[in-house]
Amino acid sequence: MADKMHIKLTVNGEEEEFLAEPRELLIHTLRERLGKTGPHIGCETSHCGACTVTMNGKSVKSCTVFVAQANGADVTTIEGLGTPDSLHVLQNAFKEHHGLQCGFCTPGMITRASKLLEENPNPTEEEVRFGMAGNLCRCTGYQNIVKSILAAAAEMNAAKEAAE
Amino acid sequence: MIPAAFEYHRPTNMDGVLAVLQEHGDDARVLAGGHSLIPMMKLRMAEVPHLIDLQDVAGLNDISISGDTIWIGAMVTQHDIIDHAGLAEAAPIMREASLQIADPQVRYMGTVGGNVANGDPGNDMPGLMQCLDASYTLVGPNGERSVKARDFYEAAYMTDRDDDEVLTAVSFAAPAGGYAYEKQKRKIGDYATAAAAVLLVKEGGTCSSASVAMTNLSDTPIWSEAAASALQITSVDEALIEASVEAMLGDIDPTEDNRGPVEFKRHAAAVILRRAIVQAWSRA
Repeated sequence: MADKMHIKLTVNGEEEEFLAEPRELLIHTLRERLGKTGPHIGCETSHCGACTVTMNGKSVKSCTVFVAQANGADVTTIEGLGTPDSLHVLQNAFKEHHGLQCGFCTPGMITRASKLLEENPNPTEEEVRFGMAGNLCRCTGYQNIVKSILAAAAEMNAAKEAAE
Repeated sequence: MIPAAFEYHRPTNMDGVLAVLQEHGDDARVLAGGHSLIPMMKLRMAEVPHLIDLQDVAGLNDISISGDTIWIGAMVTQHDIIDHAGLAEAAPIMREASLQIADPQVRYMGTVGGNVANGDPGNDMPGLMQCLDASYTLVGPNGERSVKARDFYEAAYMTDRDDDEVLTAVSFAAPAGGYAYEKQKRKIGDYATAAAAVLLVKEGGTCSSASVAMTNLSDTPIWSEAAASALQITSVDEALIEASVEAMLGDIDPTEDNRGPVEFKRHAAAVILRRAIVQAWSRA
């Protein structure tokens, strides 16, 4: 039995400190230790993307990151993007354009999409499909997810222009 | 899926890495992006009592291009490669291949070092490195040595790297001429059913130099001298492309698995190599 490690993480802007075994997976830390149940456990094999979070500015599958690797990292989950009273532009766009049905993949989809739009604020449809290729959805056929992300991009760009 | 317990080490320099490797021998392994090793640990197919995370080790994260020589540190990710304008200019085949590896999330984590050192025949970088005639830098207790990618792979997961060595960089000369990396896969994120890396130099309508390497069609990457020499000092017409494909088929040795029977893989290999040659020649 390996010793527990002292772990320090920033999750959605809040500092968290705890003792954990290094083998603990980041998805379990987030869901079970810190109560961030937005990121989901789907395939557990780094294929489906339901567990996607942003770690140090990268979209990562948190089922394939040990908490020890994440020590010192800055992590954002879907809970850090919007709240029920104040939805993120992407969350609203998914709602408006039927970008979800069962909702299981949605937190991973939106967290990944937020990073995609940060890197490429004005993507083509093809770029959205390519950039979202690490997230699987079994309900929507992707059509409305792509539509939602393009709509969110347009809205974010319009808001940026209006502010300038 | 929870892996067996391990001790976690995060040294900040190579001496620290080597010290843990020497102390624990076979019981220690280095962790780069983790997207091959962690799934194996979760399945308990790999047991690693001492895991050495390379993320804080200085000097492994750079891409440097000086004159004709390209040097890529082991911890450079596929995402870094895709994003690097200088590299895309100097060796566009690196970007073309990286875009076909896994998916965006995995490319943020997956590294060049992990991809080439792991020895998985499904990985794309080993064949690409053989095509480019790259050298690998290995650091161990007796210092540094360099091994050609073409001499590195012995069998699936068996390489020339000793247990107490760490692969720290790959380097190669900026390739001239036309290039192509073509890959057939069942779905995004899958390994290749067949993939081909091709470099062709055109001089006065003739192919003056060629390099061809195939991925996931044997238990090691296959650099096919025969396929390349079928194209050299020719005009790369249809008959010569077929001759090159035939020569390649003599060098590969695919096995049946969930990507298909041997005949299908040989068919896919031929299609992919044909496409790669045509594409590389059109860019030469």
